Amino acid sequence: MSSQDIPEEKLPAEPGAAHGAVKVADEDNPFADPGLPPHEHRIQDIDERAAKRSERTVALLFTVSMLATLGFIASYVWIPNDKSIYIWPLGHISAMNFALGLTLGVALFCIGAGAVHWARTLMSDAELADERHPIEASPEVRAKVHADFKQGAKESAIGRRPLIRNTLLGALTLVPFSGLFLLRDLGPLPHEKLRHTMWAKGKRLVNMNTNQPLRPEDISTGSLTFAKPDGLEEEGNEEYQTEIAKAALMIVRLQPDNIKDKRELEWSHQGIVAYSKICTHVGCPISLYEQQTHHVLCPCHQSTFDLSDGARVIFGPAGHALPQLRIGVDSEGYLQALGDFEEPVGPAFWERG
Amino acid sequence: MKKLSARRRHPLAAVVVLLLALAATGGLYTAFAPASKAKADESAQSLTIEEGKKLYEVGCASCHGAGGQGTTDGPSLVGVGAAAVDFQVGTGRMPAQQPGAQVPRKKVIYTQAEIDQLAAYIASLGAGPSVPTKAQYSPEGADIAKGGELWRTNCAQCHNFTGKGGALTHGKFAPNLEGVQPKHIYEAMQTGPQNMPSFPDTVMPEKAKKDIIGYLNAVNSDQTKNPGGLELGGLGPVSEGLFAWIFGLGALVVVAVWVAARTAKAKKS
Repeated sequence: MSSQDIPEEKLPAEPGAAHGAVKVADEDNPFADPGLPPHEHRIQDIDERAAKRSERTVALLFTVSMLATLGFIASYVWIPNDKSIYIWPLGHISAMNFALGLTLGVALFCIGAGAVHWARTLMSDAELADERHPIEASPEVRAKVHADFKQGAKESAIGRRPLIRNTLLGALTLVPFSGLFLLRDLGPLPHEKLRHTMWAKGKRLVNMNTNQPLRPEDISTGSLTFAKPDGLEEEGNEEYQTEIAKAALMIVRLQPDNIKDKRELEWSHQGIVAYSKICTHVGCPISLYEQQTHHVLCPCHQSTFDLSDGARVIFGPAGHALPQLRIGVDSEGYLQALGDFEEPVGPAFWERG
Repeated sequence: MKKLSARRRHPLAAVVVLLLALAATGGLYTAFAPASKAKADESAQSLTIEEGKKLYEVGCASCHGAGGQGTTDGPSLVGVGAAAVDFQVGTGRMPAQQPGAQVPRKKVIYTQAEIDQLAAYIASLGAGPSVPTKAQYSPEGADIAKGGELWRTNCAQCHNFTGKGGALTHGKFAPNLEGVQPKHIYEAMQTGPQNMPSFPDTVMPEKAKKDIIGYLNAVNSDQTKNPGGLELGGLGPVSEGLFAWIFGLGALVVVAVWVAARTAKAKKS
């Protein structure tokens, strides 16, 4: 609706100086506060029909919200939870999930949209100026509060009866300890658990895929194999997850000439190297192995380790190299560990050293 | 003779002649066929290798060297086996278009017969994994649950939970496995193409490979139920986060602009 449609006489009288007409620019002081711009009326302020229309729109939005809520309840009750439907462009989707999300979304959105439309078109839009005042109380009020406090202290006789005062202080001091002692349940401290895994001298390396001990000839150059310590079974073992989280191993075979790190070569067996599968950053299982570059990438934060150079960190947030397990071959020709990891596996912790 | 000739119009004469003829043909075949067939096989085999060598010299030798020994532009092909050739050429990766971080899958330019000839030639250079048979790679009869477990242990770190692929370092990536032929998945596990590690039968037996193919086939088929809808490539938090930031935040910005916009005024000042 353009301004021409509204007859001039229907415009209410301007509130005047309270909202202020624009002041003439002061020649002497160009930085003077120009005050608020003149208030302009909305269509709804002067045209009762427009106001009615807005009212109906708001009521319609609230009604749609009510219907959507009823739809939500109906979908929950009547749509079978294994029904799948096709909706463009979402594709196949669970009918109940879709109906619940849609109805709840519409119900909430319509309440908000109705409230905003109400505020924008019907509630008063006059600009108000609220002066800021110092928050300090007046001297009389402060004097009275002081006097009241003093009188209260005198009447409670806290100064005269130290027994009450001291026992109250004692009680208030002790109360927080009850909460403090509950924190003990966050313990006990891990002590040496973080420093040791199941690997020990003579433990065979067992293939995760087949549950069979590995032989060196099983591991070909360019292959990737995951291993766990012999005797670690998943069935009926409560500690399985705890143990495998520390002991998980990845095994690759490199050409011995390609191994740049002297210790790595010593701890390998004919170029077969065994590294912890747990990232030293925050402990994600890390095994995105690129067989041509010998790089291992962590999927969580892209820490990259060079397996041909002592699993040194070459990129990313990891703090130290992946721990290597020293391996050899037992009398029957199976790969075996020659001890535990020399350092704690996984992320660093305060006392790691 | 006269007796025979007199009976030539007997109703059963035709049947007798037919039987005799069949017996003669069968006898002759058993007498001569095996020897000639073996001869044909041998010559066919050497012919295939010859044909493969010709194809190799035209299409591959510039990078992999005249005898498959490799050059600075391409690795040695001695001992990679027929499976590697069938995978690389059968998925269109080879011949490569240009050097780069990774050679991508593209349109296959050789026919399967030509690929078989190339594979036969490369296999003749040194022993390596052969092309798997249908019984080995067919998803039929696979243990899908076991396959899922093996997939999550061995493959999911790069190829994602249902084989949608993911990023690696320096422009390399693990490709999406949806729509890849079971044979090629099997060959990839066996041979470890490009930067993918191999999973030879010694550490991942044939049955395990079949189970993995069965799992992929089950999670990527049209019948797979997806209660979430709109999977955004199935890549997880990266694409989902991007979608939420762009469309979710975009919608909120639009609403915020509407909330704070000036309402229509009755009269322009």
